[in-house]
Amino acid sequence: MAIKGKDAPLPLPDPQAPAESTAVLLRELVAHLRQNRTQLREEWARRITRAQLLTAMTEEEIFAEATSVYDNYVEALETGTFEALQAYARNLSERIIPRGVETHEVVGIVLLLRDVLARSLFGKYHEDFDKLNRILDAYEPAANRVANTVAVGFVQERERIIRQQQEAIRELSTPVLQVRERLLILPIIGVIDPQRARQLTEQLLRAIRTNRAKVVVIDITGVAAMDSNVANHLVQTVEASRLLGATVIVTGLSPEIAQTLVTIGVDLSEMATVGDLQGGIEEAERLLGYKVLPLEEVTAKA
Amino acid sequence: MEVPILKQGHYLIASIQSALTDADLSQLREALIERVGKFRARGVIVDVTALDVMDSFAVRTLRDIAHMARLRGAETVIVGIQPEVAFAMVQLGLTLKGVATALDLEEGLAFLDRQTQLRIERGPARLERG
Repeated sequence: MAIKGKDAPLPLPDPQAPAESTAVLLRELVAHLRQNRTQLREEWARRITRAQLLTAMTEEEIFAEATSVYDNYVEALETGTFEALQAYARNLSERIIPRGVETHEVVGIVLLLRDVLARSLFGKYHEDFDKLNRILDAYEPAANRVANTVAVGFVQERERIIRQQQEAIRELSTPVLQVRERLLILPIIGVIDPQRARQLTEQLLRAIRTNRAKVVVIDITGVAAMDSNVANHLVQTVEASRLLGATVIVTGLSPEIAQTLVTIGVDLSEMATVGDLQGGIEEAERLLGYKVLPLEEVTAKA
Repeated sequence: MEVPILKQGHYLIASIQSALTDADLSQLREALIERVGKFRARGVIVDVTALDVMDSFAVRTLRDIAHMARLRGAETVIVGIQPEVAFAMVQLGLTLKGVATALDLEEGLAFLDRQTQLRIERGPARLERG
């Protein structure tokens, strides 16, 4: 028998073991971590630097953050409640995300801390294998949960920022502008996703009705890329406008977009296209029967 | 419900007032095509302002009316499609290809005037002379 007094080769967690024994072990663990706070924290910060994580931050900042992460970590182990840690993780993410800290770095440092602490436990209990196992049984689930909490907090914060930005982009809404009696222009800038395309079309159709527009110029100079989906949205917008009796002229197709559309075989034969916005407005004026003359010519004629 | 068809100058105006069954639509088509010849109409306006749903049968009937009326010598224009209806139609691929559309009755009349090369102050006598 390698392990004295035990039948099982590996001491599995005893299902009968009272919950308090885990608590006792955790208390012991926490006491150990508190005692060696300075040393472990330094070791952790060193390993973070060595692994070239958090390169966006200075060494002092890393050390300061490491200290508070460490304390929060130990506290979470001690109390078994993760709310404070969660709040801290959110707060930390808020501060470091704008500085370009990546998800793998945050996960990396938390895992490093777990490893550093586990090593120190090995060091302390290496003589008592049985005890070490029980300590690890208590430590591992808690440590994993801590790592999980921090990582999830970080990702959630990132997602919140992404949502916020999407919202902001959407709010840079597309204005429908009347430039002449019965002539609207709709400059589109940025990316067109299905949701935006829908919003855009609805907005345009309403504007056609309220302004009694006969001609609409849609300018897509500001649209960087177009695929068949976007092209189809555009075709739908043109067709829906036509059902309301308005003619649509699309302007500002870049050479790249023109080539893409022909290559992927989108049929835009139904669509009136003019090179640039100026040409589109001139064409629209022609359709509406306007003729713009320089003032001298007008006075000369009169 | 039968759709009233009004004669206004050289145009026939069918103003749909409520949702129509398929039978009503077919009846409208027949009545319009028949009257295009009877009144020697040059234009047909179908006003769908009151419709907030347009199914494929309705769209097909409208298209048929336009094509049939053209064969009988009259230009057709569909007026008053609601923005929501227009959006739903293109999403379903019902786009009334080859059929003229206009915002409302006024626009429809203006369109037909342009199409038939008539002045607003036209009269039947002037038309018959050329």
